[in-house]
Amino acid sequence: MTMMTDLMVGDARKSRRIDWSPYLVGAGIGILSWVAFAGFGDPLGVTTAFSRMASLFAAPVIGSEAVTANSYWKSMPLKWDYGVLFLVGIPVGAFLSAIISGTWRLEMVPEVWKERFGPSVFKRFVAAFLGGIVIMYGARLAGGCTSGHGISGGLQLALSSWLFLAVMFATGLVVSRLMFRRA
Amino acid sequence: MTSLMSVAGPLLMGAVFGYLLQQGKVTSCNVIENQFRLRDFTVLKVMGTAIVVGGIGVLLLVDTGNTKYYVKDANMLAVALGAALFGVGMVVYGYCPGTALGAIASGSVHAAVGAFGMIVGAILYALSFDWVKAHILNVWALGKVRLPDITGVPDAIWFAALAVGAGALFVWVEASEAKAKRAQG
Repeated sequence: MTMMTDLMVGDARKSRRIDWSPYLVGAGIGILSWVAFAGFGDPLGVTTAFSRMASLFAAPVIGSEAVTANSYWKSMPLKWDYGVLFLVGIPVGAFLSAIISGTWRLEMVPEVWKERFGPSVFKRFVAAFLGGIVIMYGARLAGGCTSGHGISGGLQLALSSWLFLAVMFATGLVVSRLMFRRA
Repeated sequence: MTSLMSVAGPLLMGAVFGYLLQQGKVTSCNVIENQFRLRDFTVLKVMGTAIVVGGIGVLLLVDTGNTKYYVKDANMLAVALGAALFGVGMVVYGYCPGTALGAIASGSVHAAVGAFGMIVGAILYALSFDWVKAHILNVWALGKVRLPDITGVPDAIWFAALAVGAGALFVWVEASEAKAKRAQG
């Protein structure tokens, strides 16, 4: 815990920290899932709605006709449904928490990255962009992300989701070990 | 009134989720990277508790007829390949899609850059969907199955095992963290 706090506060001495227990937060997300299931009939998830939104950005690149004709977006067209509104809510809530707790801070290069790869903003941006491509392609291929598969699928004891969790963590451990290995 | 709720309801749900992610520190790239480096177990603590607490509640809600399961297709090859890509992306990016959205709102500029990458990834998937559907999604497609269905082990046993397993892991993690803290002084 101390190390983590040091990493979080690190160079920004002014920024305050949050003392909520991770178990409390996890229980909160679990209870939020009850409401999502019973109240809305729509488990917590992010990337399905993200794909719907992506068609907005795809139109100027590949043409709106290509978007309309695309079989994937035909199966999930852009609409302001539960998932998309949920997606819009996430940054709102995170922003409120960050402002209220005093943990909002501009971050160009995170500490762990800086320690290993140096302070280059360009290098970090390129990696974040490429990582973003890979993570979203993977999420759509698998049919969900840490929320939709990991939490919502995991808590339903879905075979697909536990396979996702196992492979995702195993791959992450290996890649992390390679990436943070000192030369 | 109904239309107001249909907009405000999901927005509020998302906002509570985003609030919890930020309060749980999992919108921090450092916390996520250090989970995969086994130096910080915040991500596992949050996810493990969410799965056990959420799962027991949802099980009761299903049993009492208040909801149903929304299980994703077990297209085993696609899920395995997708999860492997996801693991690579998560370590390189330092976020998963939901935590990235929270991180952007709490000031992470590199998370915002990666979000454009995520848009590109979603577009690439849509463009390759016909091929993926014909060659990958249909391999070892077992349907919407749950672990209790294929193993014959009832839900209650699964959750008891999960709760005990997660509890034991967390006790061990807390003990190691306390020890490390004492060693640091």
